[in-house]
Amino acid sequence: MSTRSFAIGLGSTPKRVLPGFGLSLGISLTFVSLMLLLPMTGLFGQLAGLSLAEYWAIITHERVVASYVVTIGAAAVAAIVNGAFGLLLAWVLVRYEFPGKRLLDALMDLPFALPTAVAGITLATLYSSNGWMGQLLEPLGLQVAYTWVGIALAMAFTSIPFVVRTVQPVLEDMPHEMDEAALTLGASDFTGFRRVILPHLWPALVTGTGLAFVRSLGEFGAIIFIAGNMPYETEITALMIFVRLQEYDYAGASAIASVVLFVSLALLLAINIWQGRFVKRLHGGHG
Amino acid sequence: MSIRLHDIGKHFGRTQALEPISLDIAEGELVGLLGPSGSGKTTLLRIIAGLESADPAAGARILFGERDVTQLHVRDRRIGFVFQHYALFRHMTVFDNVAFGLTVMPRKSRPSSGEIRSRVHRLLEMVKLEHMAQRYPSQLSGGQQQRVSLARALALRPDVLLLDEPFGALDAKVRQELRRWLRHLHDELNFTSLFVTHDQEEALELSDRVVVMSNGRIEQIDTPDELYRRPVNRFVFEFLGDVNHLEGSVRNGVLTCGDARLAVDLADGSEELLLRPHEVELAEAPTNEAHLPVTVTAISPVGAEVRVELEADWLGEPWLAAISHASYERLGLSRGARLYALPHRWHRFPTECSERKARASEAVS
Repeated sequence: MSTRSFAIGLGSTPKRVLPGFGLSLGISLTFVSLMLLLPMTGLFGQLAGLSLAEYWAIITHERVVASYVVTIGAAAVAAIVNGAFGLLLAWVLVRYEFPGKRLLDALMDLPFALPTAVAGITLATLYSSNGWMGQLLEPLGLQVAYTWVGIALAMAFTSIPFVVRTVQPVLEDMPHEMDEAALTLGASDFTGFRRVILPHLWPALVTGTGLAFVRSLGEFGAIIFIAGNMPYETEITALMIFVRLQEYDYAGASAIASVVLFVSLALLLAINIWQGRFVKRLHGGHG
Repeated sequence: MSIRLHDIGKHFGRTQALEPISLDIAEGELVGLLGPSGSGKTTLLRIIAGLESADPAAGARILFGERDVTQLHVRDRRIGFVFQHYALFRHMTVFDNVAFGLTVMPRKSRPSSGEIRSRVHRLLEMVKLEHMAQRYPSQLSGGQQQRVSLARALALRPDVLLLDEPFGALDAKVRQELRRWLRHLHDELNFTSLFVTHDQEEALELSDRVVVMSNGRIEQIDTPDELYRRPVNRFVFEFLGDVNHLEGSVRNGVLTCGDARLAVDLADGSEELLLRPHEVELAEAPTNEAHLPVTVTAISPVGAEVRVELEADWLGEPWLAAISHASYERLGLSRGARLYALPHRWHRFPTECSERKARASEAVS
């Protein structure tokens, strides 16, 4: 694909069989520009009003740095938990037949369908000290609402579909014969899973977990009600941006937003490159 | 190691995939399970492997030699299994694929890594892929992948080798080559193997004995030669090659069908005769015994014989005749030519008789 676009750049355009290239690419680029690039340009436009020292001061402000720690820590926990349970859910949905399977499958998309604020309020009510779950957990010394555990919980809730929906199709494509082959060769169930199935799912699992992580970094609505928002303790980065906005400090908000943006973009890019290599090895090429 | 099956049946839900089957395979034998799809042959193979469990029945037994493996898990049965679509581990190199079975052995019985390496290299040498050891399966052709999968299955020196349509996904020429190669390998290493195929040619060429199956039943077990010469029933006969049908009513020793006539030594009544393509000659004139006017509709002069398609008013389905190149030239055949078919042999499988008694009858032309 990349070699082909190079050929266009060099001016040697061989006749294409598939029609509509110019039109479809043109529309795609316009759409991408309007929907993605324009807002990002706006963001950088806001940043232009800041000197480098001011920018640095804003993004390394003590309270903001504390929010990075909370956000990244909670997102990492949420992503890892989702990685494990998302894999299990995908496994159950693909490998077994049971009544209600379709319902469970549809349920996986619920976090996408539900407004995140609704999810946040629901979670906060459930886990507050007089909520259903809170009542049960509090005597055990487990406080979920208004701690970082609550933040991780809300993040896990909104990002579970990413893992399930990336692992599921790969697992569906994986022939049963592969694990049967491992069994005929004397592997135990666990060895078969670890050495045959898991490596096969690994790229999808890492991608899904990475997406869940990135999604959690930017989540706002679901978390804000359960977090408690205590400075230095349960404030997330998205909240810091929101606070700046309420103070009409657009430059400050943009500065913090740019950090989130860079981290997310870098992570997504890294995952893409890594996965590309892995997939190439599985499906031919010179890996 | 011999394989003995006793009363092995299988239901999937309410459908019976396999009627209780008993089967003995001697040590060192190469046996083909032949049948159309849905005949239960793959199910039977998977039950022997332990990938599927047989219906629980009091007498159901699977024995490898003297070892009763009926209740054993697949990983403890010591079988080698080759899958139709290779089922190689795509994230592992060829070397790691072949070594897999050795590396997952329990630590105390596992050979040293040096020994594993030399054993894998010996196996790869045997399948002529030693220079491919560091490649990934996706970089190999189908035939090479299937050889890797065979080496992988043999790495643990299994008691029995089970192959599920091992050449089904390969193209004709590679298939032919691998078939011959497997036969040699089998004779050399002398393991007991059982393979599934739906290709009669493959079964007849490769096997010491062939088990013909249909609808979850064993129809016949015999050597390829016996099977082809003396099929016990109509199903076996039809499955083993092309068949021409001649239906008509017999009166006073003559079978009539439209304007076709054939002298037969049979009692009066309606009859159906079956003929192989090579049992049909072509001539310019009818004889006293046979008056079967036909028109040539297609000619394929490829291979050892010329295959001619014949049509006639009295025929439901077109006939196929396989004639020598010599007679092809002598008759100067062309499409549209009107000739007479001369059967020099035919078979019948009367339905009212029990299958055991049904025998191919012969007649002279």
